[in-house]
Amino acid sequence: MAAQYRGTKTRGPDPAVTPPQAGAALVAGSAKPSRPARPSTTGRASRFLPYLLLLPTLVATAVLLGYPLVRNLLISFQTLEPFQLIQHTTEWNGFGNYADQLTSSDFWHTAGRSVAFTAANVVLIMVAGTLIGLLLKRLGKRMRLLLSIGLVFAWAMPQVAGTTVYQWLFDTRNGVVNWALDGVGWHAMHNYNWLGHQLSTFAVITLMVVWGSIPFVALNLFAGLTTVSAEIFEAARMDGASAWRTFWQVVFPMLKPFFLSTTFLEVIWVFKAFTQVYALNAGGPEGLTETLPVYAYVEGFGNQHFGTGAAISMLTIVILMALMSYYFRVILKQEDEL
Amino acid sequence: MRRSLAGRLWPNIIAVVLFVFFIFPVYWMVTTAFKPDLDIVSSTPVLFPTHWTFTHFVKAVHADGFWTFVGNSFFVTIGAVVLSLIVATLSSFAVARMRFKGRKAFILMIMMAQMAPWEVLTISVYLIVRDSNALNSLLPLTLFYMMMVLPFTIWTLRGFIAAVPKELEEAALVDGCTRFQSFVRIVLPLLAPGLMATSLFGYITAWNEYALVLILNKDSGQTLTLWLTQFQTNFGDDWGATMAAASFFTLPVVVVFLFLQRRAGGGLLSGAVKG
Repeated sequence: MAAQYRGTKTRGPDPAVTPPQAGAALVAGSAKPSRPARPSTTGRASRFLPYLLLLPTLVATAVLLGYPLVRNLLISFQTLEPFQLIQHTTEWNGFGNYADQLTSSDFWHTAGRSVAFTAANVVLIMVAGTLIGLLLKRLGKRMRLLLSIGLVFAWAMPQVAGTTVYQWLFDTRNGVVNWALDGVGWHAMHNYNWLGHQLSTFAVITLMVVWGSIPFVALNLFAGLTTVSAEIFEAARMDGASAWRTFWQVVFPMLKPFFLSTTFLEVIWVFKAFTQVYALNAGGPEGLTETLPVYAYVEGFGNQHFGTGAAISMLTIVILMALMSYYFRVILKQEDEL
Repeated sequence: MRRSLAGRLWPNIIAVVLFVFFIFPVYWMVTTAFKPDLDIVSSTPVLFPTHWTFTHFVKAVHADGFWTFVGNSFFVTIGAVVLSLIVATLSSFAVARMRFKGRKAFILMIMMAQMAPWEVLTISVYLIVRDSNALNSLLPLTLFYMMMVLPFTIWTLRGFIAAVPKELEEAALVDGCTRFQSFVRIVLPLLAPGLMATSLFGYITAWNEYALVLILNKDSGQTLTLWLTQFQTNFGDDWGATMAAASFFTLPVVVVFLFLQRRAGGGLLSGAVKG
């Protein structure tokens, strides 16, 4: 016992110098006499080599991501409108942009709308995704394949193409959705203008986001479920556990890391969703479906208040950072080896 | 425990309903693209078209600048992916094979960069590119897309490199290869499938990107994403041509995606079983 303990301990810290490793000793022994100069040069070079290899990534990240972040922060403290832009002047206004935003009802309405939009979407995605994942597990082979094909197509659909298609599906005059709703007896939906109202626009966006996001959750959950051994489900069933209890007391605890990290990922993705919201209706009608990223864009580019837009985007980033820090805590906890 | 007939039937019924729900938008896009105009604007939508036509595809292809935008999309996508593969291979080799100070910090940085909120960085990106007089050019777009896919590329490649047995490389070193030679001759060939799989994710990301091209490029500098979202100015209310364009745009993504699904699934499984 003691010898074994010592053995493992000496092998731990530095495998190259400890004798028990026959292979390493052999390599060192055979390399030393033939090329005496090499070990020292490779030693020095290999100390810098990792950093040399990382250099391109570090430079790219600093220039293409770090600098835009810093620049965004700087702009958020400036008055930057077409006048300053053309004159190339820098006009600092301290926390003016932030003060304006934090005291404006527009900002808080948009923030509240963003939070509600995110919450509704994520709840729908997680609940429906989980149910469909469980359904996949229960289906026979052929039906599972059929449903998976549907899911993969929805998943693969590019967001901009999806947006275009949803605009067509919900078209006022010739849209198939209005026709179907009218057909089943909801005649008020005949020639209904979905993109003309706040709630109905949000309904279309939500349907589109949920439709596109469920496959990720469902297929990954199914993949996770296949790693849970069949005996565990068998045992739960023998003990007379209902499907509800089996899920909450067997599946959920085992796949808790999956549920946690997926939920946070979805929260982050939906919260910063720009393409679907903007490409569908540009935040309209009358800005009533603007979420924070769209609001920042519309203020910045649409109204040419770049400083204000930058301040809004910084506030959005702060919220995202808070969400991300939770996500990273979850990830780091489940991954002990980086 | 045998389930009743109803108990066995309802999951299948729900599965069929869900299948229709998920596939329908895709189905509707493709069939609309092939339907004659009369069927598209008819007051009763034609669910199962019997007449097929290619006129919408012809119109989409002949739209102003279509081939320019196709070229732009391919240029920025392939450029971004190739650049990121080169940069990422170096870094992921260091992370997978070497121990050094700051390794953990680097990995954390990569994880954070992966979640970078590009959608809300548009204002500063626009001003940076404008200051460099590079608006409407493909270079900044390529570089920023490279940065978008870089963290993911490093993250995945690191796994693939770690899966190449270290002993192979050591054997090459013993045989007199330099570290660089052993990498090029031993690791790189074994890494080819990994590079493939990783790059496909990058292709999809760069091909679909919208927020940056929206602010940076106009006119002849557009990519297909931007062009597609402006279909109303391109085609008016011609839904047939719009859906044909959308189908064109989607096709490469779906092909890559289906390919990837099979490959990635197989790769992950084979990696997991190996003891």
